[in-house]
Amino acid sequence: MTTTPLAGTSTAVAARATELSKVYGQGETQVVALDRVSVDFRQAEFTAIMGPSGSGKSTLMHCVAGLDTFSSGSVRIGDTELGSLKDKQLTKLRRDKIGFIFQAFNLLPTLNALENITLPMDIAGRKPDKEWLDRVIKMIGLADRLSHRPSQLSGGQQQRVAVARALASRPDIIFGDEPTGNLDSRSGAEVLGFLRNSVRELGQTVVMVTHDPVAAAYADRVVFLADGRIVDEVHEPTAETVLDRMKQFDGKGRTS
Amino acid sequence: MFRTALRNVFAHKARLLMTVLAVLLGVAFVSGTLVFTNTISDAYQKSSAKGFDQVDVAIRPESAADTGDTVGKRHKLTRPLLDKAAGVPGAASAIGVVNGFTAIADKDGKLIGGGFQSQGGNYWGDKDPRYPLTAGHAPHGADEIAIDTETARRAGYKVGDTVRMSVDGPVLEPVVTGIFRTDDGNVAAGGSLALFDTATAQRLFHSVGAYDEIDVKAAPGTSQSALREALDAVVPEDTASTVTGQKLADDQAEQISAAMSGMKTGLLVFAGIALFVGTFIIANTFTMLVAQRTKELALLRAVGASRRQVTRSVLIEAFVVGAVAAVGGLAAGIGIGAAMRSLMGTLGATVPDGPLVVSPGTVGTALLVGVLVTMLAAWLPGRRAAKIPPVAAMSSVHAKATTKSLVLRNTIGALFAAVGVAVVLYATTMDGSDGQAPMGLGAVLLILGVFVLTPLLSRPLIAAAAPVLRVFGISGKLARQNSVRNPRRTAATASALMIGLTLITGMTVMAGSLQKSIDKMATSAIRADYLVSMANGNSLSPDVEKKLAAVDGVTGISGLRNAPSRIDRQTEFLTGVNGAAIGELTDLPVTDGSFEVGGTRVVVDSDTAKSHGWKAGSGFRVSYEDGAKQNLTVAGVYEANEMMRGIMLDNATLAPHQRDASDMQVMVKTAGGASDTTKDRLEKALGDNPAVKVQDKQDFSDSIAQMFTLMLNMLYGLLAMAVIVAVLGVINTLAMSVFERSQEIGMLRAIGLDRKGIKRMVRLESLVISLFGGVLGIGLGVFFGWAAGELLGSRMSTYELVLPWGRMAVFLLLAATVGVLAALWPARRAARLNMLTAIKSE
Repeated sequence: MTTTPLAGTSTAVAARATELSKVYGQGETQVVALDRVSVDFRQAEFTAIMGPSGSGKSTLMHCVAGLDTFSSGSVRIGDTELGSLKDKQLTKLRRDKIGFIFQAFNLLPTLNALENITLPMDIAGRKPDKEWLDRVIKMIGLADRLSHRPSQLSGGQQQRVAVARALASRPDIIFGDEPTGNLDSRSGAEVLGFLRNSVRELGQTVVMVTHDPVAAAYADRVVFLADGRIVDEVHEPTAETVLDRMKQFDGKGRTS
Repeated sequence: MFRTALRNVFAHKARLLMTVLAVLLGVAFVSGTLVFTNTISDAYQKSSAKGFDQVDVAIRPESAADTGDTVGKRHKLTRPLLDKAAGVPGAASAIGVVNGFTAIADKDGKLIGGGFQSQGGNYWGDKDPRYPLTAGHAPHGADEIAIDTETARRAGYKVGDTVRMSVDGPVLEPVVTGIFRTDDGNVAAGGSLALFDTATAQRLFHSVGAYDEIDVKAAPGTSQSALREALDAVVPEDTASTVTGQKLADDQAEQISAAMSGMKTGLLVFAGIALFVGTFIIANTFTMLVAQRTKELALLRAVGASRRQVTRSVLIEAFVVGAVAAVGGLAAGIGIGAAMRSLMGTLGATVPDGPLVVSPGTVGTALLVGVLVTMLAAWLPGRRAAKIPPVAAMSSVHAKATTKSLVLRNTIGALFAAVGVAVVLYATTMDGSDGQAPMGLGAVLLILGVFVLTPLLSRPLIAAAAPVLRVFGISGKLARQNSVRNPRRTAATASALMIGLTLITGMTVMAGSLQKSIDKMATSAIRADYLVSMANGNSLSPDVEKKLAAVDGVTGISGLRNAPSRIDRQTEFLTGVNGAAIGELTDLPVTDGSFEVGGTRVVVDSDTAKSHGWKAGSGFRVSYEDGAKQNLTVAGVYEANEMMRGIMLDNATLAPHQRDASDMQVMVKTAGGASDTTKDRLEKALGDNPAVKVQDKQDFSDSIAQMFTLMLNMLYGLLAMAVIVAVLGVINTLAMSVFERSQEIGMLRAIGLDRKGIKRMVRLESLVISLFGGVLGIGLGVFFGWAAGELLGSRMSTYELVLPWGRMAVFLLLAATVGVLAALWPARRAARLNMLTAIKSE
């Protein structure tokens, strides 16, 4: 199995997909969602995955995050190969090594903000690291709202709680699935700011699927997918450069 | 709108499944009851009608009413009357009928037919048209009998066998000389019939020279009514009356259907309970369906549907669900009816053969009940649907049922419950039967109040379970919070379970307390070691007492007799006892004078003494049933109990005035107390008679316990249906919860809660809801059991409340089991949810 990083950097790799394929159906109705994708997500790097609808960007994230199974290839989180894991081990891996931020926030309405933040540790039966927790809460700026229920918080505040929940257990890698999709631009900017800060200041690794060039501009690197393949990559993106690339793909059309 | 409603039914097939099942079970119970009772009653009526084939007109003795100082006499039908009847124009023949109780033992010495349906009678002459012989010949003399084919088959008796039997105590061992066929209803129902020749039957059944009935057969061409008119001319009006065979058959048919209708009503009450429990599930389901369709319904309103149309669309949906369930329930009910009949057959209670009766009434009732119950239960959710404003179609927020304030509801509930408790408490202070109606009313009010209050009660009660749930970590915490998330739904689900458990617990508390108090009464008031009685409660021949008195070690013995009399122009039943021994055989508290029975000195219970204004030393005049009068003196007044009450006088004083001296029971005290060898000796003295029971106090307690156990088990069985329906309710609620929270469950799986944790969460929620219902039900049941006991206790001196802690623990365990079982499928479903689709679905 190849372990050579695709890009020539010396930083350690948090997650790596190699020749990853995901095929739905068989024969005539076969749909290839991912076609031999190889990609590295380096530690303390903020990566955005972009692409048009049906390009396989969400599927890629789900496979790498251990939420979905894949047809062939390999996925590693740290030193762990996901392909050979049973559901139970995958669950444990997600619990201990991975953080998630969803488009629909997905907080538990019965728990208050603080309880939602510590939920992954509660599931694991671990005590949260008090110092770290305080730091995370301070960063997202919700110290005075901790006893509020999600229904008492705005969308932006709810997503900030979700970000804190992902950060609180100090996972190896955080995956975000359109984390700003349900937010207005100001709240979205806040949430993306937190994600970027967590990478810069706390050394967190973040991978985010988005279709918004402005959101992607917060990342260190943007990976473009089309028809289940990685077609391009931009480092230190701006909204303009991202938009330009996207226009190019649209221009090329979806041929294969 | 109809099409929309129909589509909705099909779209929610799975979610409506439990609702359909709940209605189906209730309807099946109703129609099963109807089919079963109709079938049985039809079969009995047919078989009894056949039994009157040989009777065109029956002559029956009249009884004079008690008047003035005289005890009414039952007139005798004699041979001369029979001969006269046989001689009237239009009469072909006449038969004198004699009957009574006759127990037959099988070859192992066990009683055939359980005692209550063991009958005896007379075989008329050499060829009795009522009983065609299939083998042998007619019985003649004291040592010959004929038995019915069914009894012969069951016990394996043939012509020539010697049979052990008993009529009133002493053992008879006649030879079977004939076996006959009969359509007698009691034989068809599993009893036995033994026939003696007429003289022997008259002697054994205490009516020498008399008949119980004269059956006259009409000559060909003479109608029953013509014959009856002819007979009326010769039969003295004051001694006997005439009835046509047709009327007898009709009367019996009516009696049978009256008896069956009692059973039918009883069963329908339980079916009603099951249906009532079902309404909670129906209401829950439709509430959820409406909540889920808020947008859709609002859209209908926005494009112009009226409120009524929206309500109607929900009701049409309910109609379709109800109709489907009712048809299924009817089919299941017919199956249950058939199964119950064959089940009764295997339990030994043979019922006459006959076709399965599914009357149009049964079909109509089943369909109507199913549809009406469903539509009624869906009516409130339908109304709520109509209240959804059209603008809800645009908003993304679902109208949540829980957001509505519970203040009004809680106020009403508290009011009902408080008034209910007050009325029940007030009723307990009242006397016996006066208190029944208020207590029933109070109970209904309290139950209604608790139904209404359950959402409020759910919070503190479920919060109380928090320390236990904490053991299960995050799953326990989430389960607790989920269970109070929709208090109305949780309440309705728990209430459904509560009803069954309230009734079960209440009955258990009452039965346990009653059993204990009867037991105490028997053991505290009686010092005798043994009670001897007939298996069916019939009276014993005085021979029995004589034989027992002669047994070694018997130190005291008394037969208990019963005789009507007139005192102060009122009918009073006298209890005849052995005055010399009764003092040491009983231990009745004496409130006045002394317990002394002999000659003209009698003891009287306090109630009777009070009603006549007697005290120790009072004298009164009694008229016996033979018309003789005597002055008696009250020696003492005692506290009565259910076994010993009334005016007790010495058998020697009573006997000369009785037509048939016979003992209801015989009390025996022995030197060594109750022991197996003593019992053996007593039984041997009676010739090991299968029809006579020799019971010591322990046997007596056991038989009481057995009776109560049997009764309780039947009630448990009937209430089981309500519990099963409640289980469907819990499954339904959990399935709804899982469905509604699939997004949350998906998220929990994604962030690391494993399948086991999800399963545990659903199971614990189920357990919490079920135990909540269980605790409420058991609590209410104990309260009602206590209250009913207070009412009973006012009439029963030895009444004391017995709380069946063991049983209550079992019921709580049952509630927990319900919870675990109900969660099986929903928990599996929750654990298998596809994470990705669950997270995305909104």
